[in-house]
Amino acid sequence: MKIQQMKMPQLGESVTEGTISKWLVRPGDHVNKYDSIAEVMTDKVTAEIPSSFTGKIIEIFAKENETMVVGEVICTIEVENVSEKKEDSDQQLVESLKTIETTTSSNHLKTRYSPAVLKISQENGIDLTKIKGSGRDGRITRKDLVKLLEKGVNKIEENQELAPTFIASKQDPAEKSFSSIETLVHSVGDIEIPITGIRKTIAANMVKSKHEVPHAWMMVEVDATNLVKNRDSLKAEFKQKEGYNLTYFAFFIKAVSQALTEFPEMNSMWAGDKIIQKKDINISIAVAASNALFVPVIKHADEKSIKGLAREVHELAQKTRTGKLKPEDMQNGTFTVNNTGAFGSIQSMGIINHPQAAILQVESIVKRPVIIDDMIAVRNMVNLCLSIDHRVLDGLVCGKFLARIKEIIETAFQEGASIY
Amino acid sequence: MAVISYIDAVIMAIREEMERDSRVFVLGEDVGKKGGVFKATTGLYEQFGEQRVIDTPLAESAIAGVGIGAAMYGMRPIAEMQFADFIMPAINQIISEAAKIRYRSNNDWQCPIVIRAPYGGGVHGALYHSQSVEAIFANQPGLKIVMPSTPYDVKGLLKAAIRDEDPVLFFEHKRAYRLIKEEVPTDDYVLPIGKADVKRYGEDVTVITYGLCVHFALQAAEKLASDGISVYILDLRTIYPLDQEAIIEAACKTGKVLLITEDNKEGSIISEVSAIIAEKCLFDLDAPIMRLAGPDVPAMPYSPPLEKSFMVNPEKVEKAIRDLAAY
Repeated sequence: MKIQQMKMPQLGESVTEGTISKWLVRPGDHVNKYDSIAEVMTDKVTAEIPSSFTGKIIEIFAKENETMVVGEVICTIEVENVSEKKEDSDQQLVESLKTIETTTSSNHLKTRYSPAVLKISQENGIDLTKIKGSGRDGRITRKDLVKLLEKGVNKIEENQELAPTFIASKQDPAEKSFSSIETLVHSVGDIEIPITGIRKTIAANMVKSKHEVPHAWMMVEVDATNLVKNRDSLKAEFKQKEGYNLTYFAFFIKAVSQALTEFPEMNSMWAGDKIIQKKDINISIAVAASNALFVPVIKHADEKSIKGLAREVHELAQKTRTGKLKPEDMQNGTFTVNNTGAFGSIQSMGIINHPQAAILQVESIVKRPVIIDDMIAVRNMVNLCLSIDHRVLDGLVCGKFLARIKEIIETAFQEGASIY
Repeated sequence: MAVISYIDAVIMAIREEMERDSRVFVLGEDVGKKGGVFKATTGLYEQFGEQRVIDTPLAESAIAGVGIGAAMYGMRPIAEMQFADFIMPAINQIISEAAKIRYRSNNDWQCPIVIRAPYGGGVHGALYHSQSVEAIFANQPGLKIVMPSTPYDVKGLLKAAIRDEDPVLFFEHKRAYRLIKEEVPTDDYVLPIGKADVKRYGEDVTVITYGLCVHFALQAAEKLASDGISVYILDLRTIYPLDQEAIIEAACKTGKVLLITEDNKEGSIISEVSAIIAEKCLFDLDAPIMRLAGPDVPAMPYSPPLEKSFMVNPEKVEKAIRDLAAY
């Protein structure tokens, strides 16, 4: 035995209520399913309400001429032997659909900032790492910041600036440096050059390298007289035969590659918790093109002859100037040699090409009086300037490395030495 | 001021305009003697006669086409589609003719027609009596589409639509007809087409919607207020062209936006609203834009549990707002 409720049915598309005009049954009456139990009048139609159950009318709630909202209980019916009917199959379908809806929750929302939050924090100089968020999984919401500002967080922030905390890793240093320059005043006639593409990359790499790598410097003076003589004797014929110049730079790369095979420490990289010593010797060379700087790579430089190196320098420079350099031409460098001498420089302090451990600047070869065996002689002198990552390298190995390059340049490229 | 229903506001607006302007006339299926299947033209036939309240054959293309022709010759027709679902045969007339006449004739001709149609589900109407058809027309420059949510807005906007010099589609939610009641002034007033309306102010979550869903949002908001979640509700009212300014203001207000439509989700009106917000409000957004809509299935099911599952309702709205508020 079970009491079932009869509800006001919906009798038309726009009908939301109906008036019982006449009851056709009384409490105690027996009704069969689909028997009419009442007449209903709506704005649209007059209709009879069929019973949804077979059983005995127990109580009638709606009076005649009373307006009932669709879904309201109008009477109750006592039903015999109601087996707990399985739920409507459509209802089951709806339920099963619900379980498919999966809720994705991420645990790292704490440090995921919405555009609104970033904007407010940047405009007001709020350090988001110091704020506890009230959003899902600790996310900082826009409202959190608005509330904070209302409370006057700026004052707190100013005090904190007296004791600065290390937040460099939280922010892109390049980004930071750009923003700090924003306050520069423009005067009439100034030209504004937007920071785009390659300039932006150069800036970001330089800032990163200069910011992260503890640089140390060392310079040696090398007597290149023998090299100059040798090269002068070969260059005209070489140019005629090969079609490109036999540059000093190729000799220097040869010397550096040779020395790198003997001092593999120099051919390494800082990797946070370890130092990686690279097997391949790939020399990055700096090539200037109109207003940008590229560093294409000579792969396996230690396996190449001076002629081979000269050819590759020539080809990479050509590619750079004609804009045909491909990304793979610039990858996997392990050590950089920079031909600063080409600009007439005699001394410079290079910024390391991240993540390499060192860069060597080959300066201009100039004739200078030097003392040999207590006699003054005119010699072709060149300065080699080395910048090192002091986390990876120490003075001792660098000194030995430079000494070895010096030795190679002074002795190995004498007149008659083969360039092939 | 009397409390009247949504459908009474429709009748009141039409009657007042017919009394005010003799060029205004009504045409449609059963609009005359019967007073419309929903009774939206009740009493008009008796008051204005068969010349101005015209029963037409079952030919929607003709209802629209006759109306368009009359409008071009200076009349102010109000054409009724018995159900929005039945508007399909008239689409060529509406899109190819009504929407383009002014442009095509270089301003020589105009087409001041109003096409009224009841839309929407949740009424056991099943496939051919429950559809939302607005998205079909919402990328047709030349048309205006008005979808009011309250009796007050119905009267003001329908009068504005009748007086408008260009074609206006006026979609009325059939479930709202007798469900929604409020005080409506008996005097003459119009509301601007193309302007959205803030139905509730709040600062935690913004809801942007239109039609019957406005009421679902209002009900949910009322309930959520006791839990300390305050909801800003923008009623679009005109869904084409959209009131971009109001949308941007509403979205920026809270940075957390819930968009609701009863229509199928993909390619709906709220898809366009979402695009506007994405274009203009990126740096004010505090959460992904959220959409609550009908599923992408071909039609409203007849089966009551499936229809309930298809329809937006206050519970679904409440759940979505809570979700967004907690984000």
